Amino acid sequence: MSYYNEMFEGDQVRDPYARLREWVDTMPDDFRQMKQAEAEALFRRIGITFAVYGEGGDPDRLIPFDMMPRVFEQAEWRKLERGIKQRARALNAFLRDVYGRGEIVRAGRIPARLVYQNEAYEKSVVGFVPPRGIYSHIIGIDLVRTAKDEFYVLEDNCRTPSGVSYMLENREIMMRMFPQLFRKNRIEPVDQYPDLLRRTLESVAPAKCEGRPTCVILTPGHYNSAYYEHSFLANLMGVELVEGQDLFVDGDFCYMRTTTGPRKVDVIYRRIDDPYLDPLCFRPDSMLGIPGLMNVYRSGGVSICSAPGAGVADDKAIYTFVPEMIRFYLGEQPILNNVQTWTLWKDDDYRYVMENLGDLVVKEVHGSGGYGMLVGPKSTKEEIEMFRHKIKANPSNYIAQPTLALSTCPTFVEEGIAPRHVDLRPYCLCGDRIELVPGGLTRVALRDGSLVVNSSQGGGVKDTWVLSE
Amino acid sequence: MLSRTAANLFWMGRHLERAETAARLLDVGQRITLLPNTEEGYQNEWNSLLQASGTSELFTGKYGEISQENIEEFIFFDRENPSSVVNCIEKAREAGRIVRTALTSQVWDALNVTYQDLRKIENTPRSRLDTASLTDFTTSHTSTVRGAINATQLRNDGWHFMNLGYGLERADATARLLDVKYFVLLPRIEFVGSGLDTYQWQVILRSLSAHRSYHWAYGGDITAGQVADFLILNGESPRSLITSLYEVVWHLEGLARRYGDAVSAEARDKGRDVMEQLQARDIDMIFDEGLHEFLSWFIQELGTISTLVHQDYLLGGA
Repeated sequence: MSYYNEMFEGDQVRDPYARLREWVDTMPDDFRQMKQAEAEALFRRIGITFAVYGEGGDPDRLIPFDMMPRVFEQAEWRKLERGIKQRARALNAFLRDVYGRGEIVRAGRIPARLVYQNEAYEKSVVGFVPPRGIYSHIIGIDLVRTAKDEFYVLEDNCRTPSGVSYMLENREIMMRMFPQLFRKNRIEPVDQYPDLLRRTLESVAPAKCEGRPTCVILTPGHYNSAYYEHSFLANLMGVELVEGQDLFVDGDFCYMRTTTGPRKVDVIYRRIDDPYLDPLCFRPDSMLGIPGLMNVYRSGGVSICSAPGAGVADDKAIYTFVPEMIRFYLGEQPILNNVQTWTLWKDDDYRYVMENLGDLVVKEVHGSGGYGMLVGPKSTKEEIEMFRHKIKANPSNYIAQPTLALSTCPTFVEEGIAPRHVDLRPYCLCGDRIELVPGGLTRVALRDGSLVVNSSQGGGVKDTWVLSE
Repeated sequence: MLSRTAANLFWMGRHLERAETAARLLDVGQRITLLPNTEEGYQNEWNSLLQASGTSELFTGKYGEISQENIEEFIFFDRENPSSVVNCIEKAREAGRIVRTALTSQVWDALNVTYQDLRKIENTPRSRLDTASLTDFTTSHTSTVRGAINATQLRNDGWHFMNLGYGLERADATARLLDVKYFVLLPRIEFVGSGLDTYQWQVILRSLSAHRSYHWAYGGDITAGQVADFLILNGESPRSLITSLYEVVWHLEGLARRYGDAVSAEARDKGRDVMEQLQARDIDMIFDEGLHEFLSWFIQELGTISTLVHQDYLLGGA
C-alpha cells in the first residue's frame, strides 16, 4: 500500500512545508535532543499527563509530543472547515428531528431500530427542545487524509470529545521553544478557543436565565484521566470547575455551593456521561450526578452541554447515515467523505466481511479509544481468527471498514526523521454561530507502520498549523 | 468561590504547614539519636514529640526502637503515618491539583515540582540520603510554595482560605508541642530545673525552628517562663500562639469584609474573642492557671474556630 506523504512528493517538498524543511535540515542532533527533553520537562511541569484506564504504571504518564508540526495550507483548511461545519449542522438537525417528529425515520432514510432502540437514545428528553435547538455544542470530528484532496471522516464525537487542551498546549509549547519558526511562518492562532467556547455556552443559556449566564464545567473529579483538560479549560474560560457534589437542585433551578452561599448555575458544560448526570433519572447508584437535574433541565432552568441524548448521533451505526442526513436536512452534497462501512447485522455485509477479514478494520459499535478493534493487514492469522469468533458471537456489535491508506507526516524518531501515520481531530463549536478554530489535534502513530493513533495505544501528538494567506 | 475549592485551599495550606512541622520533627529526632542514650529521658523526649502529632503508638507498634533509619522512614517516607512528609505533600499537591484553577501557575508549578522531586527522592536508595538533606528538601520546597503564594496569588478569598489553613495548623502544632512538654514530662518533678529540663526546652525550641530567634529575643539562659512566653505571647515570634492566631483573625476579618453582612461571620467573631482573651493574659497568669489547662482551652478554641469556618463558608448554604 502506498501512503500520501504530507511533506514530500518524491524528493520535492510540498509548499506548506517549504520553510520547515530548512529548519529540520539545519537542526543539529544534540539540539533536537535538548529541545525534546525541554518539551517533556515542560509538559510534566505544567502537569499535562494522561492516565490510561486499566493500565498500571505511572499514573502521571505523558502523551509523547512530537516537535515536528503538521501543516495545512489555507485553501486545504477552508475546504475542511466547510465540510466540518456542514456535518455539525446536519448532526444537530438530526438530533432535533429524532427527539421530535422523526421525519428522517418516517421518510425511510434511517431504520427506526437504529435510532429508537439505540442505547444512547434518551427517551426522557423526547419532545423537549433545548435552547436554539442545539444538542451537541462541541463536536470533535475525526478525520484522516488519503490524498491531496481526499479526507475521510472516521467518526463524529457529539458527546464530550476530549483532547482540545493538547491542541492549545502543543501550540503554547511550540511557541515557547521555537519562536523563530512562528516569525518565519504565518500561522493562524488557536488560542481564541476558550473564549469561543465560553461564548458558545453563554449563547445557549436557558429561557429562564436573566442577565449574563453563569457557566460551569462539570467534571467527574480529579481521578478522571481528562481532569487536566477540565481544569485547564475552566481556568482559561474563567468559569468554575464543579463536581456533582458542588451542585444541587432547589425548586426550578440548579445551584452551586459557594463560600457566599448558593449561586444559580445557568449552563453546565458536562464532561460526564448521560447515565451519571442525575441519579433520579438515570443510574440510581451514580455518585457523580445531581439529583433532580433533569427536571430542571426539562423545565428550562438550566442548559446541559452537550444535551442528554446527543450520543445517538455519533455511534458507529448511525455514522453510516450522516451523508444521508446532510442531503435530507440541508439539501446539500456532503463535502467530506464517509468511509465505506459494512454493518455486520446485514447478511450481505456479514458475508463480505468474514471473507475479507484480513483486509479490513473491524470496530465495536460502541467502542472507543482504539480498544477492541482489529486492523486486519497488521494482525497475525491467530489474531484474525480470534476476532472472527468474537464477531460470530455477536455480529451486530461490529462494523467493518476498508483499511485506509492514512497519510503520513514527518516525525522525529530515534534515527532522525521518518514518516508516521496521522489523523486529525478539529473541534467545532455550535451555538448561535458555528465556529471552528483553524487547527485541531493531530495524533500520530509513533510505531513504524502502525495505523493506530490513540494515545492509549502508544500514539503521540503534534502541533497542527494552518498557514494564513 | 466554590465551597469545595475553598476547602481544598484551606487543606492545602494545612498540609504544607504540617509537612514543615514533620520536617522539623525529623531534625529534632535525629539530634536526639546523637545523644548518649543512657537516660531514659531521651527516649521519653522522642515519644513526647511523637505524641504531639498523635503518632506515638503507631511508631512504637511498627518500629519499636529509635534509630536514625526508623525516624527517617517514619517521619519522612511512611505512608501509614498520616503526618509524614510524603503524605502531607501528596495531600497538599492533590488538593492543589483539584483546585488548580484557583492557583497561579507559579504556585502550581512550585507545588508540582515539590511533588515530582519527592518521587525522585522516594526512588533514591536510602543509603544515599541523609537526614539533613531530607529536612532541607522539605523546608526549601515548602518555602518556595509559600513564597510563590505570597508573590503571585491574588489577595482574594482563596488567599485568605489558604492562609487560614496555614495559620490554624501552625497555632495547633505549637500548642500541642508545648502541651506535650508539660503534660508528659512535668510529673517527673526531679527533672525541673535540671540540665535535662533545659535540654528538653531546647528541643522544643529547635522543633519550632526557634532556637536562634529565642536568643535574639531574650538573650541569656533558657528558662521555662521565657520559652513559654516566647512561644505563647511574643508577637515577634513567628510561630507563637499569639502570632499565629493574629494571622488567623486577620484572614477571617478579610473574608468577613469581602463577603459583607449577608454571610455569617461566626468564625471571625470567635477568633476576635479568643484573641482578646489571649491578650488579657501574661505568662505568670498562664502558669498560675496551669500550662496544660491553658493549652487545652486554646486547642479547643482553635477547634471551634475551624468548625465555624466550615459552617460559615464551606457548606455552601445548602
